[in-house]
Amino acid sequence: MSLTAADVKKIAHLARLTMSEADINRYTEQLSKIIGFVEQMNQADTTNIEPIAHSLDLSQRLRNDIVSETDQRAAFQAIAPQVEAGLYLVPQVIEGE
Amino acid sequence: MEWETVIGLEIHAQLLTNSKIFSGASTAFGAEPNTQACAVDLGFPGVLPVLNQEAVRMAVKFGLGVGAEITKKSVFARKNYFYPDLPKGYQISQFELPIVGKGHIDVQQEDGSLQRVNITRAHLEEDAGKSLHEDFHGQTGIDLNRAGTPLLEIVSEPDMRSAKEAVAYLKAIHSLVRYLEICDGNMQEGSFRCDANVSVRRKGDKLGTRAELKNINSFRFVERAINYEVERQIALIEGGGKVAQETRLYDPTKNETRSMRSKEEANDYRYFPDPDLLPLVVTDELIANIRQDLPELPHQKRERFMKQYNLSAYDADVLVSSRALAMYFETVVQESKAQPKLATNWIMGELSAALNKDNLEITASPVSTTQLATLLQRIEDNTISGKIAKTIFESLWNKEGEVDEIIEKKGLKQVTDTGAIEALIDKIIADNPDNVAAYRAGKEKLFGFFVGQAMKASGGKTNPQQLNELLKKKLADN
Amino acid sequence: MHKTIAELSNDLHAKKISSVELTQQFLERIKKLDKTLNSFITVTEEIALQDAKTADAQLAKGQASPLTGIPFAQKDIFCTQGSKTSCGSKMLDNFISPYDATVIKNFKKAGTVLLGKTNMDEFAMGSSNETSFYGPVKNPWNTDMVPGGSSGGSAAAVAAYLAPGATGTDTGGSIRQPAALCGISGLKPTYGRVSRYGMIAFASSLDQGGPFAKTAEDLALMMNVMAGFDERDSTSVDHPVPDYTATLNDSIQGLRIGLPKEYFGEGLESNVAKVIEAAIKEYEKLGATIHEVSLPNTTLSIPAYYVIAPAECSSNLARYDGVRFGHRCKDPIDLEDLYKRSRSEGFGSEVTRRIMVGTYALSAGYYDAYYLKAQKIRGLIRRDFIDAFKNVDVLMGPTTPSTAFKIGEKTNDPISMYLSDIYTIAINLAGLPAMSIPAGFVNKLPVGLQLIGNMFTEARLLNIAHSFQTATDWHTHTPEGF
Repeated sequence: MSLTAADVKKIAHLARLTMSEADINRYTEQLSKIIGFVEQMNQADTTNIEPIAHSLDLSQRLRNDIVSETDQRAAFQAIAPQVEAGLYLVPQVIEGE
Repeated sequence: MEWETVIGLEIHAQLLTNSKIFSGASTAFGAEPNTQACAVDLGFPGVLPVLNQEAVRMAVKFGLGVGAEITKKSVFARKNYFYPDLPKGYQISQFELPIVGKGHIDVQQEDGSLQRVNITRAHLEEDAGKSLHEDFHGQTGIDLNRAGTPLLEIVSEPDMRSAKEAVAYLKAIHSLVRYLEICDGNMQEGSFRCDANVSVRRKGDKLGTRAELKNINSFRFVERAINYEVERQIALIEGGGKVAQETRLYDPTKNETRSMRSKEEANDYRYFPDPDLLPLVVTDELIANIRQDLPELPHQKRERFMKQYNLSAYDADVLVSSRALAMYFETVVQESKAQPKLATNWIMGELSAALNKDNLEITASPVSTTQLATLLQRIEDNTISGKIAKTIFESLWNKEGEVDEIIEKKGLKQVTDTGAIEALIDKIIADNPDNVAAYRAGKEKLFGFFVGQAMKASGGKTNPQQLNELLKKKLADN
Repeated sequence: MHKTIAELSNDLHAKKISSVELTQQFLERIKKLDKTLNSFITVTEEIALQDAKTADAQLAKGQASPLTGIPFAQKDIFCTQGSKTSCGSKMLDNFISPYDATVIKNFKKAGTVLLGKTNMDEFAMGSSNETSFYGPVKNPWNTDMVPGGSSGGSAAAVAAYLAPGATGTDTGGSIRQPAALCGISGLKPTYGRVSRYGMIAFASSLDQGGPFAKTAEDLALMMNVMAGFDERDSTSVDHPVPDYTATLNDSIQGLRIGLPKEYFGEGLESNVAKVIEAAIKEYEKLGATIHEVSLPNTTLSIPAYYVIAPAECSSNLARYDGVRFGHRCKDPIDLEDLYKRSRSEGFGSEVTRRIMVGTYALSAGYYDAYYLKAQKIRGLIRRDFIDAFKNVDVLMGPTTPSTAFKIGEKTNDPISMYLSDIYTIAINLAGLPAMSIPAGFVNKLPVGLQLIGNMFTEARLLNIAHSFQTATDWHTHTPEGF
């Protein structure tokens, strides 16, 4: 299956990646090749095969409801790009965006 | 053709755990920004989620409370989208296999009838942080303290046909989660939130396109927002337009809803099973264990109250709306041995009014169950009249002492001595010869006048039944 | 010949050398030799000397563990508190980790010395170490060649003896393939055996950390420190950890070796095949029996992997948004601009490509055809291994179809690069433990023999590898000039 430039633009937006026209052309070609390659999977008959998300055939382990973490805001925000009054700053979010 | 409204609700209840759903950070409300966001909540590189077992127990509790099937093997999935209050770029939620399956709740309507609302599912997920839109040099501030707080999202079927029904359902769930002690129900702090899916159709037609209403964080707003939206949709269709499938934000100050996202920008959430979390298995043993600890639920209590105390559906419904209120009522009835109806009237009347006025919860009532019980006993044994009891209630509210003490101190004991009452009546008859004559001539309305005079003369302390009887007798004499 | 970790441990405990002296020797070698190799992103000299002093004090007090005072290099994918953890990406070039990965904590607890953080393919996505923001790593056996990837820096550093041991991570072969191409030993443990907490995620259901060293014995010593249950990783398995050194010398008489016929077919270079066949003969001499087995879905493992891994990565890498840490673009005009430019500036082309593929595979309308189908194939692959292990104890074959290739040779052809992982990828999909050990040379470039075990049989694998290394000396060869 081959992808169109419009597909690539849509994917790039979903993944929040910026792309020039040249990038889009390049990725359209590369992604089409890769998607074509992975479509080899269709050769396999997977009727009645359970999909598996994990190689471990185990159930999830749970933790006790205990507060174990302390305030480390200063350390965490020391490496933040932009903070003020303990808040992380981002360009204005228009409500409902 | 007549229009029909179709409403389904998605309720988000924050679960009352100590720590977050996937981390050991505290869930306490109101801390300094980002001081309760640990590395896991902030989505630092390399961190991993570990599920809080209490959140699982609470979800199961809810499931049992709505008679739902508990999914033995449920799965956590990632809902992928970018937003500054969502640190990892995905929300850990449940998609195809939620922990709570189909259930239902019977909701009491205004006319006392019960309406069944079906619950599609309820699933566990993590809450997002908060965007603070105050101006930081044209920027938005992000506080991630709330990120990772456990949420139970409760999704109903589109079973409701009016804003009133939707509110009644919302109240029923609100009451249930507090009974189960899994959510504090605080709508102001956002620990109990609701989105409404609203559509309209002409009766008999198939479902119309729905709009999702957000930001409706009080019972009143839910009703108003839905009513506004219904009118908007009907006007739109009647004007030849089409309803768009979109998310709309309710603005309580303008009382209107407005579009948030348009259809073409509809998000593609790319759900897939979270590879960091294996399937969640709930054993039969755990379910049995939780079932055993389940309290009496609101609908069970309501039925019992109606039967055991002979209450009306309306009274029972009000009393069971909170577990604490119901408990207060039962304690008062048991301690006073008073008529349940009398206790109901006092609790739903004087007490509720006073609590409302001072904005207090029943658990913080200045009048204890023992005090109210004693007060009701004194009414029933004729020590005081109902009217005087209201004065005493006020004194109790103001912490002026115990019931009998106040009666004694203020001399509020009811006059029941026939001789004394007769003397009182004789004097009134003597003082008002014209009115007596008119009454005896057939103007029976004047009876109230004589009662009023007698009460006034005795400072309200005369036993009303005795007074009535004696007064009738005396006036009929001659 | 350079000393192994086991030998260095003896020297330290016998006070023949101090940890500070040993650490200085390695720091000097790094200074002198790594200009050519580029195997380190960060050399943590100060921390190393401090760690060494602490270790010497413990050794003096007689409170030392077997690895106390041994210097190690850590793949730059493991978070190290207070030092840069870049994951080979511009995105995290400014990221000073505020916490330690569990693996790092375990190494600290054992009293080891942190020499530095090794180079790697960006976010572990690559098979040649060419996708690193910090430039390619050179193969010490021939500096025109790639060391393999993604843990290429760790493998090259150990091969060149810039560290006696190092950590790596393996999502589709990222420990075994560079171990093979650099002529050293490397182990990918069973999924869940080593904690992933603090190990920056690429594809969470496949990623597993493991050790690199010259010998299987050294790997066993490192596994004793690395393996174990971690309450911070809910996929970590609460399963007893054996002493991996205790069974190294067990007999392998009667060992049933399965040779998957798909691992010896088309695509395998004939010279590499010869080396592997010779190694198998050696095992026969040691008393093992050889059985042909089949893993019929092997070829499907690559397409399935290149759906599952990108899908998980597209989600795992969404957290790099320029808000809380990492690269942020200059003067974003709005939120979307902040996201898009920060991410596009921070990620290299292979990472971008995989995020795009993964996003596509998960998007509405394609999920069933790609992601779900890949998960079903994962089911088939797991079944292949379950069937194979019904009759044999271990599977063996080549780790890679060819020896190290030239830097730049495959950079413009992603699919041919993907195909070089044909023998390693299925093992990650099935979650099994596997290792690569040196088995010989072709044109002066090392060839790796792959050993694949059943779930949680690391101790047995190390025993089987150790037996080979007791009988052969391929693991003792060192590249000229190092």
